[in-house]
Amino acid sequence: MDVDETELPGFGVRKDFMTQSGRRIGVVCHRDGETELFVSDWDDPDTCAASIPLTAEEAAALGNLLGGQRIVMQLTEEHREVPGISTRQFHVGADSPFRDQPMGKAAIRTRTKVSVVAIMREGEVNASPGPDDVLRNGDVIVAVGTHEGLEAAAQILRNG
Amino acid sequence: MDPLALALIELGAVVFALGLLARLAGRIGMSPIPLYLLGGLVFGAGGVVDLAGMREFGHLAGEIGVILLLLMLGLEYTAQELVTGLRGSWQAGVMDLVLNFVPGAALAYMLGWGGVGALVMGGITYISSSGIVAKVITDLGRLGNRETPTILSILVFEDLAMAVFLPILTTVLAGVSFLGGLQALGISLLVVTVVLLLALRHGHHVSKAVHSENSEVFLLNVLGLALLVAGLASAMQVSAAVGAFMLGIAISGTTAQNASLVLEPLRDLFAAIFFVSFGLNTDPSTIPPVLGWALALALVTAGTKVATGWWAAARAGIAVHGRARAGAALIARGEFSIVIAGLAVASGAVGGELAAFATAYVLIMAVLGPLAARYVEPVVRALRGPRGPQPASARVPF
Repeated sequence: MDVDETELPGFGVRKDFMTQSGRRIGVVCHRDGETELFVSDWDDPDTCAASIPLTAEEAAALGNLLGGQRIVMQLTEEHREVPGISTRQFHVGADSPFRDQPMGKAAIRTRTKVSVVAIMREGEVNASPGPDDVLRNGDVIVAVGTHEGLEAAAQILRNG
Repeated sequence: MDPLALALIELGAVVFALGLLARLAGRIGMSPIPLYLLGGLVFGAGGVVDLAGMREFGHLAGEIGVILLLLMLGLEYTAQELVTGLRGSWQAGVMDLVLNFVPGAALAYMLGWGGVGALVMGGITYISSSGIVAKVITDLGRLGNRETPTILSILVFEDLAMAVFLPILTTVLAGVSFLGGLQALGISLLVVTVVLLLALRHGHHVSKAVHSENSEVFLLNVLGLALLVAGLASAMQVSAAVGAFMLGIAISGTTAQNASLVLEPLRDLFAAIFFVSFGLNTDPSTIPPVLGWALALALVTAGTKVATGWWAAARAGIAVHGRARAGAALIARGEFSIVIAGLAVASGAVGGELAAFATAYVLIMAVLGPLAARYVEPVVRALRGPRGPQPASARVPF
């Protein structure tokens, strides 16, 4: 995967790559810390069809969504042979009772037999997190378990 | 009336009127520079009201405005960006210089304004307004476009060229011989190189020297140092504005960002006063006779900028639409053309005709540039007719 980095004097740095479908997609990292997401036009890869300014929080959330989806796909692929096991991602919202709490407090494994295999935060993956890892607003949790267990885990994360 | 009271009332009225003009410009989405110039014309010598009381303040404030304009320009770039930009784009930069300097210089010769007039007019038609261009690119959401680095690197070259051009202009305007002009060229090239090298290696020392957590101390540090450097540069015949520009380049990192933040309102105020006082010193009745020439030169130099952008973008492997966008984006002329004209007029080495010409030219170009950048795409699309086969997703079934 080749990501092109181009200096934009006076603004910052542009990082982009060409997708297989022929669209250029990337971000402009402004010097003052702002991020701008852009996607090229379908008939002219030189120009932008959309250019969307993102706050730091939004950029992190988007990174989690994209990265989380990838992990879920990988795990689903790996567990395909095992019937009854699925992988899901959960969002830790601002109103979650376990926000800013160590994950062990939720006792997901004890209560639902579901394993939390990763926590995504700001585009970074924390693989096999322990009970002492603190959950934050905007985190994406990737968990593996039975269908019923995952439903129960979602309930716990939402309502305690 | 007491002269102080009169000056205060005039200044207050002018600044207030500038505020209204800036608001109007924001409302219709254009650069406020042409409106400031028009405002100055209306209230200046030979205009509706003659504001003689604030002329003295306007002169010094205008000088500070130019220094702040160039200081902020320097702050926007790091020395590293300038060096890599220069390495990648010097061919396009030279092309830009030749194509856009020659029309202005040639017309000045034709009108009989002599060598000095040609140098000034060439400078006016050469330099694009990096302020207007940057705003157009951001407003149109084109930062992610592939031609944008090409446009920006041409601007970088132009800004560095200014750092060499302004000292030459200052010496020539002071009536020094051709040899003296060459000497100035040598000195300014040397100064620019030395400052770039120093900024690359020791820029953080300069940043450290002006840095302060207290924003009041910081503002006074930066502004004081800028005026000091500008004054010293001016005393050495290297043009005050260039001194400030080089200082801006030497300051880097977060210090540069913070400096931009605290200086921005000051720059806006003093630069507005600079534009208005340039207009104040221009007699509006001198404009109609040169308007035809200004319009012709505007059309020619819009064409030469488009050619520059087109050529540079084609070299970077960009398709036809992107080339047209790059060309049109470069058309706008603005603050630096007025800075050059202001230097020339203040020295008295050129006639009032040139001031009138520069005003008319910038008025046209500052309005035409953003419009061209916005509407070049539909025009090119219409000219080229419908595009080739559409991808499956965009095709209508049946």
